[in-house]
Amino acid sequence: MSTTIQTSGNKRGDLVRKILTAAPLRVAVLVIAFIWTLPTAGLLISSLRPQADINSTGWWTVFAHPFEITQWTLENYVRVLTTDGMGDAFLNSLVVTIPSVVIPITIAAFAAYAFAWMEFPGRSFLFIVVVGLMVVPLQMALIPLLRLYIQFDLNGTFLGMWLAHTGFGLPLAVYLLFGYISSLPSEIIESARVDGASPLTTFTRLVMPLSVPVIASFAIFQFLWVWNDLLVALVFLGTRREVTVVTARLSTLVGERGEAWHVLTAGAFITMLVPLIVFFALQRFFVRGLTAGSVKG
Amino acid sequence: MQDTVEQSKQSSSTLDLFTTGPLRIAISFIVPVVAFLALRQSFIFMRDVNANKVIIAIVALIVGVIGVWVLYLVTDNLVSVFPTRFRETLRPFVFVGPALVILGLYLVYPTILTLYLSFFGPRSAEFIGLDNYTALFTRPEMLIALRNNVLWLVFVTSFVVSLGLVIAVMVDRIGRWEPIAKSVIFLPMAISAVGASVIWKFVYSYPLGDRPVIGLLNAIVTWLGGEAQGWLILRPWNNFFLIFIMIWILTGFAMVVISAAVKSVPSELLEAARIDGANEILIFFRVIIPSIRGTLITITTTVLIMVLKVFDIVYVMTNGQHGTEVVANRMFREMFVFRDFGQGSALAVILFLAVIPIMIYNVRSFREGRK
Repeated sequence: MSTTIQTSGNKRGDLVRKILTAAPLRVAVLVIAFIWTLPTAGLLISSLRPQADINSTGWWTVFAHPFEITQWTLENYVRVLTTDGMGDAFLNSLVVTIPSVVIPITIAAFAAYAFAWMEFPGRSFLFIVVVGLMVVPLQMALIPLLRLYIQFDLNGTFLGMWLAHTGFGLPLAVYLLFGYISSLPSEIIESARVDGASPLTTFTRLVMPLSVPVIASFAIFQFLWVWNDLLVALVFLGTRREVTVVTARLSTLVGERGEAWHVLTAGAFITMLVPLIVFFALQRFFVRGLTAGSVKG
Repeated sequence: MQDTVEQSKQSSSTLDLFTTGPLRIAISFIVPVVAFLALRQSFIFMRDVNANKVIIAIVALIVGVIGVWVLYLVTDNLVSVFPTRFRETLRPFVFVGPALVILGLYLVYPTILTLYLSFFGPRSAEFIGLDNYTALFTRPEMLIALRNNVLWLVFVTSFVVSLGLVIAVMVDRIGRWEPIAKSVIFLPMAISAVGASVIWKFVYSYPLGDRPVIGLLNAIVTWLGGEAQGWLILRPWNNFFLIFIMIWILTGFAMVVISAAVKSVPSELLEAARIDGANEILIFFRVIIPSIRGTLITITTTVLIMVLKVFDIVYVMTNGQHGTEVVANRMFREMFVFRDFGQGSALAVILFLAVIPIMIYNVRSFREGRK
């Protein structure tokens, strides 16, 4: 952008033309951005209105007198977190998600290091398999795994969820980390070996710290993927209130209380809270992670 | 738990202290046993329904996060007992082994078994040949699911890629507002499809009886003088109202990825075209699009794969009622409602067959990239 302005800036006519064409573009982008935000804004506003108000007037009517404090309430949130079980589900989501991010990163990092810097039979063939597995729809795994889980009593456990998300996230993790770790300068790895460092030491002290950027990108991608997942949670964890996660709980609420908008709007916002914080706090990594993850199936 | 970590850390960092000898061999065996017992104990504890929720959560996090590291340190330690020659042949498998085991167990084995089960009946007891597949292409509810998946694939992919491209080129020229506009359009990608579905269910909501209109879409329609509609039961258009949700989610994603590519088009190239008298539209089609072809292909295949497996939106919005069924939702219902594992497997196989061309393309371009 800036370079275009510089090169064309010496011609006054060009500059005028640029400003003129930019105005309609700005309006168009503004309109699109407005349409894109409106539904989410409606949800957020409604979640803060009393039940009676939500059902009697549209959420846009709050703009008639936005500062009238009596039309705002946190009651919906209190209710949905306690009686509707979103509070427990939130805790469960954290318990499911954090290990489901750390475990695949650990396993994938070890594997990526071996693929990049160790010699073993079948190395390139096995890596091609990993690349191929990246796009396999996880639907292909559901039925056999569900049976195994029932057989081994893993159904409805957090451990089962961690392993499932590890399995489904692993091909992408290995692929991404391999791309990065294999491009580290070979002199570094060699000199560590010459200095007598064991492969494990080289890996933990050298390769892991150097790979932080790619690990961060994958971590954010996987975190959002697991946090936002519904299908894996429904199949392997179920909707029992002691174990269920926010997305599954919200979908149960939609089924049970289809028109209770005071519950649903607040509940939906609770599921969105953590992703939105991650989004705004780590936007740069977030975009990089999603872009990197765009090869996943 | 904590002790095990300490022990294994010590034994790996101060290895030379007990190079070989009984102490080292003893540690190599004691550490795995202790680690195993600690893990076992914690799993038993985590199954305890009566234990305090927060404590379970903390134990679960410690086990999940640290436990896997301990396992690697322990096995690496165990391998170090072997004589040098074996040790260095074995060690790569310590590093790569767990990943291969998990991939085999969670992806390779289930894929093969699902293919196999798709030729069997509901309880996988009797072989029924291609019956599950003929049912797919003859039973009306299955045909609807297949038809809708095609609708989703065509409309979501074409709209997301073209809208993403147009917006990417537009925001590139609006100056300092670019980052804000991008964030706002990209934001739906961060939230779950379930959350997005609730957002849009509210937008589409239909007033029962003579209750007031609170859904945005019906408010706009009535304000324009139209009549409120139950958008989600309005066949066949209801499919497009669901499809729009996914377009809303994915457009920002396509825009961000394409925008990065658009920015990498050399500005000299654009200037040269302008000097030659090309207008902006011609530049868009003749200069920008050819320069970012690779990115467009990547984003198209990515969106295709995501859309192919669409589940959450349909499950939450209509659960496939009113002619909105899709393959993934139907598969879920075959598994949990009709208990027909054969038919469910056949539906999964359809999705699998659909991604095989993309899989081959990926493997091929990976191999070429390596050369």
